[in-house]
Amino acid sequence: MNNLIRLSAGQARVVEDDPWQWLREPDQARPVGPLILPLAAWLARQDQATLAGRRFSLDGLCLAPDDEVETIAAYLSVLPLIAIEFPSFRDGRGYSQAYLLRTRLGWAGELRALGDVLRDQLSHMRQCGFDAFAVREDKSAADALKGLAGMSVLYGRSAIEPRPLFRRRGASAAPDA
Amino acid sequence: MYQYDEYDRALVRERVAQFRDQIERRLSGELSEEEFLPLRLQNGLYMQKHAYMLRVAIPYGTLSARQLRTLAGIARDYDRDYGHFTTRQNIQFNWIELEQVGDILERLAEVEMHAIQTSGNCVRNITTEAFAGVAADELLDPRPLAEILRQWSTVNPEFLYLPRKFKIALCAAQEDRAAVMMHDIGLYLYRDAAGELLLRVMVGGGLGRTPILSQQIREGLPWRHLLSYVEAVLRVYNRHGRRDNKYKARIKILVKALGIEAFAREVEAEWQQIKDGPAELTAAEYQRVAAAFVTPAYANLDEVDLDFGSALARDPGFARWVSRNVRAHRVAGYASVVLSTKPGASSPPGDVTSAQMHAIADLAEDFGFGEIRIAHEQNVVLPDVRKADLHGLYQRALSHGLGTANIGLLTDMIVCPGGDYCALANAKSIPIAQSIQQRFADQDALHELGELSLNISGCMNACGHHHIGNIGILGVDKNGSEWYQVTIGGAQGKASALGKVIGPAFSAAEIPEVIEGLVKTFSDYREVDERFVDTVQRIGLEPFREQVYRKTQVPA
Repeated sequence: MNNLIRLSAGQARVVEDDPWQWLREPDQARPVGPLILPLAAWLARQDQATLAGRRFSLDGLCLAPDDEVETIAAYLSVLPLIAIEFPSFRDGRGYSQAYLLRTRLGWAGELRALGDVLRDQLSHMRQCGFDAFAVREDKSAADALKGLAGMSVLYGRSAIEPRPLFRRRGASAAPDA
Repeated sequence: MYQYDEYDRALVRERVAQFRDQIERRLSGELSEEEFLPLRLQNGLYMQKHAYMLRVAIPYGTLSARQLRTLAGIARDYDRDYGHFTTRQNIQFNWIELEQVGDILERLAEVEMHAIQTSGNCVRNITTEAFAGVAADELLDPRPLAEILRQWSTVNPEFLYLPRKFKIALCAAQEDRAAVMMHDIGLYLYRDAAGELLLRVMVGGGLGRTPILSQQIREGLPWRHLLSYVEAVLRVYNRHGRRDNKYKARIKILVKALGIEAFAREVEAEWQQIKDGPAELTAAEYQRVAAAFVTPAYANLDEVDLDFGSALARDPGFARWVSRNVRAHRVAGYASVVLSTKPGASSPPGDVTSAQMHAIADLAEDFGFGEIRIAHEQNVVLPDVRKADLHGLYQRALSHGLGTANIGLLTDMIVCPGGDYCALANAKSIPIAQSIQQRFADQDALHELGELSLNISGCMNACGHHHIGNIGILGVDKNGSEWYQVTIGGAQGKASALGKVIGPAFSAAEIPEVIEGLVKTFSDYREVDERFVDTVQRIGLEPFREQVYRKTQVPA
């Protein structure tokens, strides 16, 4: 089990039967079933038709913090899933990667957080555009669900709320305090 | 002052509940210290040598009398009856129990205060000068944009785990009293000939281990683009700033590595993508926030007040205090007053007791509009005092130990808490400050020296801003003992400069003698009323070195 939380149609739930397997190291033994691969390994495994955008890939792609999201722009139409790795929950590059994938590159498929994914950061990840969260193995996904909502007020804007609060203030009723 | 609306209130309340829960999970062991660390830092909670320290945000240094009384209550009920004002215009409490933090934050929330992002690798408290809105040399009021930035940066989900802390300051006056050039982003506000509000954006300043003054990245940025431009800078920094070494993680290192032109190109490319989107500020939002900073109901007064004039002639102590602690106000008949938190060796710089906080709150109501400012030099400002009231205010300030006439003088030191409290410090700061204050207790001699800033930091992190002090003292560790390195020639403001090291470090016992040697050299070479920093500029380090190292023993 991948300890996965997925958001769909505004509902978050723990997914028991997620088939994806994350291959952290490219030379790791390949298990059976769909894989999530680091960028270099993903590129190496695709055929020309896929790289040219003519055939759908069966492999998910995982961006490391150093990877530039712009480099995968050409493959978005063939990717089944994009993951972003948090080697440490204190490394915030994944937030910008996610935000750009959603708002600039227009990625609409699943965006999964992998690695050091913990309850107290889930709401920030959600705001930046993640909709799937593979909670760190030693933590309870059911418990982490409590961290997903975060706070009701967002001053700025985000991947899921494109208007900053100053464009929303007064436009709708104030939140329940 | 800015008043919270339902959104602001809801955010702070929810944050208190969230952090209460996180503290409980820490206490139960559900959260490890490693997991808890960034959470508590982003709620202003440090672990110091002896206890937790809670740093409470005072956005751009502005407080109401009611808020200050709440801080006094917290000092009394949860601390040892005092608080410490910081160089980011905040206040910190040094003896806090983790179990009580939720209750303290609850009390703060009742008066529209919080401790959000006063620490951690995120955007910190937005600062500006203590005389915002009242300074005679002000071009425009920086507070509305400071508040807009405060809101934008608060729990901004993309920028909570930056490579390192991120500090933003604004200045909108002729003189820069906000130390803008030592900030990660510094903003100078001005108006063009047509009256449009524009920003000059500086980037890449910071002290710490590698002190660097900021460089201009953009001129003439229309105010409407403030948030999108800052967002662009932060995104480039978040993506590309170094994370492998905490001492090389500030934006200044990235700017230096790329060069300002290349860094500016990166920011420009990012900004072009977002500048005309919903991040663009609206006039309606500016008006909404600016309405909170309306001019108070000033009386129509004459510029000259006869009672004030006669008190000056009658009371030389008052005249001296006025010459140092009173600033020109843009409204006729009014002045701004600085209450010194540095009475001398009796109390650490920046420390204020709860009784003094109550006294300051009373003074702000009796002699103003109930508003108080905290200066980055750790002093307290009453912005709107009638000249006719200055003498009465002075006497009351004196009776509370807040009437010391030393603003801008050598004893008005910026001092970090140092090794007495801080787990990061290499050396103590407060006893050094006290030994210098003892040496310079003679008020006549002190005033004769004129403007001279002396800043002390207990370690390379430079919380005491030693690099930009005319005299800077840095605590260093040498084989387990405490030594002090001295720099001279630093300056803050638009003519900012980093001080230069005069030579080998000194022991704590030598420091008063060293400072005296520097001051003697200055007096010997000084031309008429020259300031210390100008003399250093003119004659260089050598005469100071000669004097100091001749008089003191050079450590082996």
